[in-house]
Amino acid sequence: MSPKPLVTAQNLSVHYALRGGLIGPAPFVRAVEDVSLEIAPGSFFGLVGESGSGKTTLGRAMLRAAPISKGDVLFDDGEVAYSLKNLGKKDLKDYRKRAQLIFQDPYAALSPRMTVRDIIAEPLDVMGLTNSRAETDDRVREIAAKCRLNVEHLRRFPHAFSGGQRQRISIARALVSGPKFIVADESVAALDVSIQADVLNLLKAIQKEMGLTFLFISHDLSVVAHVCDHVAVMYLGRLVETAPTRTLFDRPRHPYTRALLSAIPSLDPDDRGKAQKLEGEIPSPTNPPPGCKFQTRCPHAIDRCRVEEPALESAGTEHNVACHRWQELAD
Amino acid sequence: MSRLIDVENLTLQFDTDEGRITAVDNVSFSLEAGEVMGLVGESGSGKSVTAKSLMKLNPRNAVYGPDTKITLHLDDGPVDVMSLQNDREMKVVRGGAISLIFQEPMASFAPAISIGDQMVEQLLIHTSFSKTQAKELSIEMLDRVGISDPRTRFGQYAFELSGGMRQRAMIAMALSTKPKLLIADEPTTALDVTIQAQVIDLMKDLVSEFGMGIIFITHDLGVIAQTADKVAVMYLGRLVEQGTVRDVIRRPAHPYTRGLLAALPTLDDIDAPLTPIPGDIPSPLERPPGCVYNTRCQEVVGPRCALQVPEFFQVDADHSAACHIYDPEGSKA
Repeated sequence: MSPKPLVTAQNLSVHYALRGGLIGPAPFVRAVEDVSLEIAPGSFFGLVGESGSGKTTLGRAMLRAAPISKGDVLFDDGEVAYSLKNLGKKDLKDYRKRAQLIFQDPYAALSPRMTVRDIIAEPLDVMGLTNSRAETDDRVREIAAKCRLNVEHLRRFPHAFSGGQRQRISIARALVSGPKFIVADESVAALDVSIQADVLNLLKAIQKEMGLTFLFISHDLSVVAHVCDHVAVMYLGRLVETAPTRTLFDRPRHPYTRALLSAIPSLDPDDRGKAQKLEGEIPSPTNPPPGCKFQTRCPHAIDRCRVEEPALESAGTEHNVACHRWQELAD
Repeated sequence: MSRLIDVENLTLQFDTDEGRITAVDNVSFSLEAGEVMGLVGESGSGKSVTAKSLMKLNPRNAVYGPDTKITLHLDDGPVDVMSLQNDREMKVVRGGAISLIFQEPMASFAPAISIGDQMVEQLLIHTSFSKTQAKELSIEMLDRVGISDPRTRFGQYAFELSGGMRQRAMIAMALSTKPKLLIADEPTTALDVTIQAQVIDLMKDLVSEFGMGIIFITHDLGVIAQTADKVAVMYLGRLVEQGTVRDVIRRPAHPYTRGLLAALPTLDDIDAPLTPIPGDIPSPLERPPGCVYNTRCQEVVGPRCALQVPEFFQVDADHSAACHIYDPEGSKA
């Protein structure tokens, strides 16, 4: 039996109201629609999709940083069990300690007016987790060392650091409150390749050492393939496929997943033009197509796809896919 | 093929409050008509500055080295780019023989002028078309790059277009003056992979149709493998390796290129460990002496790596690397 999930999304929807017309109900965007997902403790869970797919919103909803319109997110780390939809003020404060976010842009995420020590210590001060300055300093030094930051540099300001070092500072800040669950939203996208590998290795090492669970949001499938153990693919607010990483990359079942994989430029110069190309662009979430959300770009769409939205169904162990035709298209 | 551009000993420094910074250091390369050259490097390697120098598109505090020579071979004979002084003389090059596509298409269109008006404006400046002809050509170009309903799009503003469409419009605009050389500075970096694949295809089609040369600047070696004929790798303002795309990607000769490839996650072997290049790129204010890569290099051959700037050594017919490993004289020392 698999262990109890740390984070569970149950038919989760996040809707945002739009400034609308005077007549009729206010229009809204279904940023995330009816998503169910389980993240096991100790997992490095990848969430991929193009811009506008709702992956960031889903990540934020799991941190209670986006409104939960329908469904719920459950969090259970063995010590506490929360239903994020009905979280009281006190519990929410406690949840903030247990679930943290690492941002994308290490240049924008750090205040230029605070020293590195103060940046990392801020969550401790805000949440009142330490009793004395000396205790705070100890915690900061300990976590900085874990993130391979030079402890001598803690009194410097962020401008003195390179992109990779800044991202290590962001990671240290996220970890200092001792969280169990980390959402890393495009955390290596702004970094150069040579540095990106270093930060990815650091995240993996820290995850093992501290027993953390990650939701790793990325548009880069090659990065996800290398670091994640499970992957969920999103399109227009819906999950279209979830699977263990190896299964997803060896046997992708959804036409969108296949198209995404083949769109990654191959490093082989003689492999040009073999990719199956996807026409068109992701539709606007304010005006999604009827039926399967991918039908407007899908090379295999049939009449049924245009009227009936497919539900996620099992395509193997831990492998789920939302496509009417996945079985016929399997080989 | 005929020679399109020769860049010899391009050196460019910037005067800043903190001192003089060397952005490009003695870079030489050439490009034939119809050829696609990939210029690869990480942020701060000087690849964008190098490309912009080809049309002297650099801020006032830029100082070119005295030996810098850039020759553009046009139908009416060669043009010495360095000798062009004012904006009027530069018109031959900027937007004329050379067009530039930027990374962020939102930032490169004026927000309050319609896409169409911007396309027409540059045609009126660089060609002898009438306003009506310019409009027709612009609409035709929008159609060519795969924008549906080009007549409507012509009258729209940048914010009304999606990212992929904006980048297509940018390409349409850059190509409408029929440039000899197109500089594409990270043209697909801000786009999603499926859109990136479309834009790459489009650019390949247009190269073969118009026969222009392209300098494709990117940090993404996969994009290079899919588009370029040859590759130049830059690090801290210097070229470290040059060669055909097959040679450089399959048999990288410079330790930096090898490091880049080892750090790159690929789908071919998802269990392979990612090997980062140790350390960080030094600040341009603290450029290391000798080989600029020696502070991070895993294959240092001796003290001269930190003392002596390596020359380019031929490792194959069309493949060379600036590294002391290949110095036959040095191996004895």
